[in-house]
Amino acid sequence: MNFDDTPQEAEFRATARKWIDANAPKELEAELSKSSLGRIRLTNHDIVEVGKAWQKKKAEGGWACLHWSKEYGGRGATPIEKVIWQQEEGVYGKLTQPFQIGEGMCGPTVMAYGSEEHKRRYLPKLASGEEIWCQLFSEPAGGSDVAGLRTRAEKQGDNWIINGQKIWTSGAHYSDYGLLITRTDPSVPKHKGLTMFFLDMKSKGVEVRPIKQANGMQEFNEVYFTDVVIPDSQRLGAVGDGWNVSLTTLMNERMSIGARLATGFPEMFEFCSSLMMDDGLAIDDPAVRSRLASWAVKASGLKYTSYRAISSLSKGERPGPENSIGKLVAGTMLQDIATYAMDLEGAAGALTGASEEEANGQFQQMLLTSPSMRIAGGTDEILRNIIAERVLGLPGDIRVDKDVPFNKIPTKGR
Amino acid sequence: MNFDFSDEQKQMRDEARKFLSEQCPPKAVRAVLDGEAAYDKDLWKGLAEMGFLGVAIPEQFGGAGAGHLELCVIAEEMGRALAPVPFSSTVYLAAEALMLAGSDAQKRKWLPKIAAGEAIGTLALFEGKGNPSPKVIKLTASGDSLNGTKKPVPDGAIADFAVVAARTGSTGRDADISLFLVDLKGGGVEVKELTNIDPTRGQAEIIFSNARAEPLGATGEGWGIISQVLDRAAVLLAFEQVGGADRALEMGRDYALDRIAFGRPIGSFQAVKHILADMYVSATLARSNCYYGAWALSTNAAELPEAAAAARISATQAFQHCAKNNIQVHGGMGFTWEFDCHMYYRRANATALGLGSLSYWEDALIDRMRKKNAA
Repeated sequence: MNFDDTPQEAEFRATARKWIDANAPKELEAELSKSSLGRIRLTNHDIVEVGKAWQKKKAEGGWACLHWSKEYGGRGATPIEKVIWQQEEGVYGKLTQPFQIGEGMCGPTVMAYGSEEHKRRYLPKLASGEEIWCQLFSEPAGGSDVAGLRTRAEKQGDNWIINGQKIWTSGAHYSDYGLLITRTDPSVPKHKGLTMFFLDMKSKGVEVRPIKQANGMQEFNEVYFTDVVIPDSQRLGAVGDGWNVSLTTLMNERMSIGARLATGFPEMFEFCSSLMMDDGLAIDDPAVRSRLASWAVKASGLKYTSYRAISSLSKGERPGPENSIGKLVAGTMLQDIATYAMDLEGAAGALTGASEEEANGQFQQMLLTSPSMRIAGGTDEILRNIIAERVLGLPGDIRVDKDVPFNKIPTKGR
Repeated sequence: MNFDFSDEQKQMRDEARKFLSEQCPPKAVRAVLDGEAAYDKDLWKGLAEMGFLGVAIPEQFGGAGAGHLELCVIAEEMGRALAPVPFSSTVYLAAEALMLAGSDAQKRKWLPKIAAGEAIGTLALFEGKGNPSPKVIKLTASGDSLNGTKKPVPDGAIADFAVVAARTGSTGRDADISLFLVDLKGGGVEVKELTNIDPTRGQAEIIFSNARAEPLGATGEGWGIISQVLDRAAVLLAFEQVGGADRALEMGRDYALDRIAFGRPIGSFQAVKHILADMYVSATLARSNCYYGAWALSTNAAELPEAAAAARISATQAFQHCAKNNIQVHGGMGFTWEFDCHMYYRRANATALGLGSLSYWEDALIDRMRKKNAA
């Protein structure tokens, strides 16, 4: 049990700190530090543009995707070194948002199932941010039930012809490549007829339409495929093995989402430390303290849970299932914290103007965005099912569609 | 960074689990619950023989001299097994106070006896309702004699000696409080056993009437020592709580797999699954906070006060959450005396209060975080 850096770790930290100090876009620091949710919006800059610039600089310095091996654009760093880097990168880590899906999910899937040629061609550019990847899994009829997806891939010579629709695709509008799961055989039960591909998002027949979200923003998209041609060489894994391939992606998704989870707690602590109420600072109020303390131990619990996972990684063990709790805890925390922060402001809590409130409207934005954190990447309910079934060993739900050919399953709704 | 127990420490945990599963089955806990004995004397002796009572006591004072990380792993097992022995009062409170503030002679007198299972010790702090604070201490010391009443005193009815917090000044400051060591078998000490929600860990009222006492630590430094003892005990007790929470979760899981209703195991219903998933979440968060507390405790880190409060809050919440929902998953059977669920429910709610209640530690955590931020 040891929290101190080893001499090597300390040296690595010093090197990272020095490099960041010399290279980070300091003009963005203040604005980034105020932005508490995963999805960043900057006043005078496009997040993709400044993100790409930072990622490129990092790649040139050997700091991008640093846990990947050098030949694929990384640094060959240890899991602990990656964590040290993230700690040192601090608020600038928020600039990596456009690349997180690629780095956390698509990259590892290509790494596991791609050919050597593919890995050398695609991974370094993914790592350096030159090419952005998105993940095309969810569909109108396949959200939590992602294996119920209907986008068809039909073999035609050495190619596959894709027709169908994906939805909730983050960053599809600025992505260069996409990881796409399709149905190649509707005559077998749903999990068995799937196949994974990657494709150029500029391919003919790909149409990206932004979705206007409940919070007024547009970060997700619908993606339509009309007779899109994908060469068979861009298939990842065997035909019909797409479900297993997707599990690799989703496992990495939960790990990567867990790594930089926003809980809203640091912002809330700071807010309560400076908010004047009728009879003093909010943080001196016993009721406020009680709420803060409960959130504090959730935030620290998540942090140390990820440290435990990293420790087992660094020993060459597979991390335990503990990390699966991250998003489940953080999503609700964000929503509860936003609601309570606004409650402390009274009627003015409803105002969203940046200059109106001490907190620059950040909790109002958090409130409006937080519902998505409890849905994206697995709803709270799906995550609880996963914990119950895979961690605690409880029986799976009775699946009425389990042994039924996919094309015999009734459908409705979206 | 290595945020895990070592292989040797894990091995010790396995040994403790094996020992307790043999020597402390639920039947043994029930014997104390049903009032057949005040505590399990055979188990206490066995723990001494295994070296568990003195695991963190230095070798020169009769202990194993292993350390506090080792004590943490044993504490977790004690909590899992609901061991009906005065472990927390003797080892986390009395022994820690002696190791922090005792003179060489005091350590030589009591620590080897603790390690050998020959002396039960406790901390006499509370005087009726209220959380730890110098203000609630009314018991006075003049010279070497104490006058006043302490309650509740954990394991007070079976303790051989107590560390007693007494008022030695009237300035209204922390420096008014000093600590004393009292041989409870001596004169001027009257002990009354009190009933409490968890009879497997007794509580008592102790009335001191010109009781002979010797100072523990310097006059006026009592509150500082108590604060340190409480922080250290908070981490250790948090491990007991996590052990209890894990066991309650396992019991609920096992029952959900076994119990059939509507033609299927109740653990296949999402309503039941989600209860158990949430129990797992709270137990996992608590365990991680405890590991941080263990690190801070074992290294005497400056972060200990904050880490201890976080471990205490998180583990208290987790044990209460898991114990009550274990009953819920069991349904009606969980509310019978025959099933063990209520023993965990009792222990969870009793340990939630013993070192100061949840609200006390919540308040302490925020204070400590603010101090850190200001620094």
